[in-house]
Formats: sequence, structure tokens, C-alpha cells
Amino acid sequence: MSEITIPAESPLIDIRGVTRRFGEKTALHNISLTIPSGGVFGLIGGNGAGKTTLIKHILGLFRPQSGTVRVFGLDPVQDPVGTLGRIGYLSEDRDLPDWMRVGELMRYTQAFFPKWDVKYAQELQEAFDLDPLAKVKTLSRGQRARAGLLIALAHRPDLLVLDEPSSGLDPVVRRDILGAIIRTIADEGRTVLFSSHLLDEVERVADRLAIIHEGEILLTSSLDEIKESHRRLTLRFNRPHTTAPALGSVLACDGHDAEWTYICQGKIDELRRSAVAAGATVVDEAALSLDEIFVSQIQSQRR
Amino acid sequence: MRIHISTTDGVPIYQQIVNQIKYLVASGSLAPGAELPAIRVLAERLIVNPNTVARAYRELETAGVVEKRRTAGTFVSDQATPLARRERLKILAERVDALLAEAGQMAISFDELLTLVRQRQTVLESSRAQE
Repeated sequence: MSEITIPAESPLIDIRGVTRRFGEKTALHNISLTIPSGGVFGLIGGNGAGKTTLIKHILGLFRPQSGTVRVFGLDPVQDPVGTLGRIGYLSEDRDLPDWMRVGELMRYTQAFFPKWDVKYAQELQEAFDLDPLAKVKTLSRGQRARAGLLIALAHRPDLLVLDEPSSGLDPVVRRDILGAIIRTIADEGRTVLFSSHLLDEVERVADRLAIIHEGEILLTSSLDEIKESHRRLTLRFNRPHTTAPALGSVLACDGHDAEWTYICQGKIDELRRSAVAAGATVVDEAALSLDEIFVSQIQSQRR
Repeated sequence: MRIHISTTDGVPIYQQIVNQIKYLVASGSLAPGAELPAIRVLAERLIVNPNTVARAYRELETAGVVEKRRTAGTFVSDQATPLARRERLKILAERVDALLAEAGQMAISFDELLTLVRQRQTVLESSRAQE
């Protein structure tokens, strides 16, 4: 297989200044985000951060109260056929028609998508061990997720959107879902957007990601850049301190007495210099897991 | 080829793949000329992004550990063996650094540490002799 190249030209999804309120609550606050074509984009955030609301704007299910949303260069509210026809979507609650049988669900969905690949659908049905005669209502949680994934994948969409695809599922089904994400982009350089709060999954499969918190984008970049820019420095000071000595802009700090740990984003040399000036030596410097990066980004918002 | 990916210790995944393939080559588990799995195959097996595997293979190629052949496959380089001893020492040096740092944190002196290393060697030897 040749390497997968990510074209840097016009973004696949272009969101500018989108705000959304539900009554008193601001769900999205002036969000701007671009998602390039090709690769896997991870949208991470806690419960109620705005992930699903943002995804529903991309799908044209919500009309932006202010700002613009463009998908494939089109407005998904104005042109649902031109956008939704090229998107495969697995919703968080997997809302499938309960009264249908799996085989019926497949034929029914096929009718909406001219590019439906009958052979691929069949392969997925067998790989996922889905009984075509089983009623959707009777499916286990995992099989329901697989059925939802099948109908999202079988028309080989240019953009696959998965909202919390792994939540509440066992590791075997989660593996199927992550495997499907990998195959989707490995195949023809298509694009996957998935939201998750399971950060080890995001770290495994995402090329780029955005952290969303209380309706705002805190950080968006490539996973490599995010990993490289965040560091944890452990410092030993020449005397004990009761609170962490201030050393410029850091995301989080913790410790006691003479030993303190600082988490910083970029500016590592600056931090090292001010540490030395404050009479400290660097005992340890380490990279962070995405989980730790996420937690320290959220914590830095609270202070 | 057994590779284990961990997302808890902060080491980038491509780096984990690079390190572990280097270990496998250094220890002889991967012989010169052995073919590595295709990028997509390894990506699906490890459940990681194919671009990550591609980056790891690129770094291994730059380091002279593997080489791409015209048939689009990736193979352990024939020159991989002469590097083996140096690579092995480099890997061990990193482990020794970590050990020294931990000993320092636990207030164990260097001499005590050396004594401990000798003791453990004796224990290992005697347990091997019993096998």
C-alpha cells in the first residue's frame, strides 16, 4: 500500500463563527473549525461540551443561529441531498427503526443512496454476524451498533461521521468500529469525523483533533503537534514551598515541599529558564498521554 | 511480529512501533531480509492510524533498519545486524538511565545499586542452572 496523503487544500468541513443557544443555555459559542479532507478527525470533550450539537450542524439537522457551516463547499441546510448523500452517520443513540428486520433496514437504506454497494453491505453483514431476519428491536446493544455502522458504511461515504461510536460497548464491538474507521481512510483516502470521550481510542486513530469544552474549541491541531507541544516537567527547588512557585504560563501544577510538577504547552525552554532562575533543577521531563493533556487543558480553564 | 501499543505512558505511538521493531531486529526475532507487514495490515492489527504506521516505517528506513523494495514491500535491512550491538547498548543505556534516576529518588547510593545488580545476577544464574 502506498502512503496516505492528506491534501491540504480547501477544507472538507468549514465552520465559521457558529453560535447556538437552547433557551438560556449556550451550547456552542462562536465556534470556528476547519476539517481537512482525508484522515481521521477526533472531536473530544466531556458530556454536554457541545460535540453532538456541533455534529448536528455539520449534518444540517440544526440551522446555525449565527455563522456559517459548509460541508463539501455546500450549505447542509440548503442542500441536504448534496451533502447527506455523501455522508455516513452513526448517531450516539443509534436511532434505527425498531420494527424493521436487519435485511429490511439494509434494503430501505439502500434506496436513499445511489452509491450503495450491495456486495460490501453483504460482506459487512457477514463480518458483523448480523442475522438479516432479526428484528432491530431484538438486537443487543453491540449488534445494534454494528447494524448502524453497516448502514453508515455501505454506501462508501466520502465522510463518515460517528458520534460517540464506542460509548457503552464491549471491547470486541469497539474494535470493529475502530477497525472500520481505519479501513475507511486506508481504502481511498476518505475522511472520518468521530467524537469520543475515550481518549485512548482517539490517540490511536486520530490524525487531527479538536478539544471542545463548554461550547468552545480550546485547541485544534494535529495529534503529533499536540503530543510534541505538551510536556510535564518535574522540578526540585532549593527549598520547600507551600504553594507552587509561579513560573509563567503553565496549564497545571501539582506537588509539595521542594518537588513540584508543571504541565506546559509549548514554551518549554522558557519554563526551564525560569525554573533555573527560581533555584530549581529539572528532575524529569516527560511526554503526556492524550488523556493527561485533555485533563490539564480542562483544568487550566477552571483556574 | 508482536507489538504492544500503550496509550498511557505518553510515548507517541509511532515511536513505540519504531522502538519495538528495533528491539525485535536487535534481538534477532526479526532476521535481515524478513518482510514487515503491509502498513494497512499492521494498522488494522494494532488498531492505529495507518499514517502512524507509515511514519514509523519511514523513520526505520531513515535509520537503516528496514528498506523498501520495488515490490512495495518493507523488509528488514541486510545491514541491520552490524547495528545490532550498538542498538542493544543504546536501548540498555536508556534503561540504565531510568534505573539510576529511580535509585536517586529512593536515596539508594550508586555502590548499593551496583551490589544489588550483582546480587540479582547471582539469583538469575542460579535459577537458570536449576532449569
